[in-house]
Amino acid sequence: MIQFNDVNKWYDDYHALVDITETISKGEVVVVCGPSGSGKSTLIRTINRLEAIESGTITLDGQDIHRRDIDLNRLRSGIGFVFQQFNLFPHLTVLQNCTLAPVALRGTRPAQARERALALLDRVGLAHKAQAWPSELSGGQQQRVAIARALAMEPPLMLFDEPTSALDPEMVGEVLLVMRDLVRDGMTLVVVTHEMGFARDVAHRVLFMDQGRILERAEPHEFFNRPQHPRARQFLSDIRTPFAQVS
Amino acid sequence: MIELIHTYWLYFLVGQFPDGPLGGLALTVLLAALALALALPVGLVLGLARVSALRAIRWPVSALVHVVRGIPLLMVIFWAYFFLPSVTGHKTEQFSTMLIALVVFDGVYLAEIVRAGIRGVPRGQFEAARALGLGYGRAMRRVVLPQALRSMLPSLVNQFVATIKETSLGYIIGLTEVSFIAAQINTQVFTHATQVYLLLGLTYFILCFGLSRLAVLAERRLGRRVPPRSVRSPGSPTPTATPTA
Repeated sequence: MIQFNDVNKWYDDYHALVDITETISKGEVVVVCGPSGSGKSTLIRTINRLEAIESGTITLDGQDIHRRDIDLNRLRSGIGFVFQQFNLFPHLTVLQNCTLAPVALRGTRPAQARERALALLDRVGLAHKAQAWPSELSGGQQQRVAIARALAMEPPLMLFDEPTSALDPEMVGEVLLVMRDLVRDGMTLVVVTHEMGFARDVAHRVLFMDQGRILERAEPHEFFNRPQHPRARQFLSDIRTPFAQVS
Repeated sequence: MIELIHTYWLYFLVGQFPDGPLGGLALTVLLAALALALALPVGLVLGLARVSALRAIRWPVSALVHVVRGIPLLMVIFWAYFFLPSVTGHKTEQFSTMLIALVVFDGVYLAEIVRAGIRGVPRGQFEAARALGLGYGRAMRRVVLPQALRSMLPSLVNQFVATIKETSLGYIIGLTEVSFIAAQINTQVFTHATQVYLLLGLTYFILCFGLSRLAVLAERRLGRRVPPRSVRSPGSPTPTATPTA
């Protein structure tokens, strides 16, 4: 479904993505992990062109998405993106957040869009909050609405950029639960996260990144039990015993 | 003072109208209203150009902003009055001259207000809108600008009030707006300068204060629709390296 071919990206002198070649198949759930600054967020942001690339190609269903002549809005409307900071539109109600794009882009009739948005809100357990303002919701609820908003465009592919990192610990579970629900539906998911429990349970594959390179790609049980690369071993031991390596 | 008002009220309100051209307070209000109505879209376009990612758009507009901001309005009026006819070949009459000068001058100031408003909306809002597939225009119109407007409103009102007062500079090119009329009345009655200009000041105050009050109402309405930003911030980030549960 997604194919990275020798992709490189620089921020001025900083080489953010180095020779990335990778294939993600349809229906696959891929977790991308690695230390901060490793390029994992940059990587998934290149898939819907929130970040440009300097060389190489990224194809989505055979289409080179970083070509200039591509219909960018059409491309993006087929990819759900969930941000670390939720980014709900504060001047719109929860329901309006979920109907904005379908009505504006797909020409869906408002009544139909509302009905569909309510069904999605119900799916993330928030139908009763449809008329609320985003500011009236907890972080976990906001992120669930953000997922519903992304689903409203019926994307075959969803990208998650650290969806639980801005949440208080007790709210992480409710968001992961919604994501597991998507996995059960057979949706293609690329998730940047530090939630190793989620990776272990539902990911088909784990990509480990450091300094802009994918250093390791493995099935979860392989990755967690027998990490090959020294950096991956280091990373796993760091997140298991956060302060052990301080010297 | 009563006698003064009794004699000159109609002249004060509409100038020589209907026997001559419209003037007085009516002309001031008309000029201010048109200037506001035209300067706002100009300011919006210039403001968007100021935050454009394209240098070819951003730089010329930035230059215009810096130039116009660096000169007094009086100079802009003189240019419009003397320079414009030498380019176009025919003389622009005073009302249009003043209107053009005000729209250019205030458009530039409004552009800076718009720019600040847009910059004040978190970048993630624009990104989220674009990620949904909304184009630049739609993302601005539906997501960024409605939020920016809320923070822009006090500054916008400030500028609108300034515009009303700036119409008085039409006096200098002989536009028969309310200040010009007041000066005319003053030369005719001669002995009541204090009263004449007191009334003139009061007139401007009522116009400007009225607009401010309207703005307060608008702000309240916006405030009801959009909850304040302070309660909107998401929970504080937790340590990212959460141990496996």
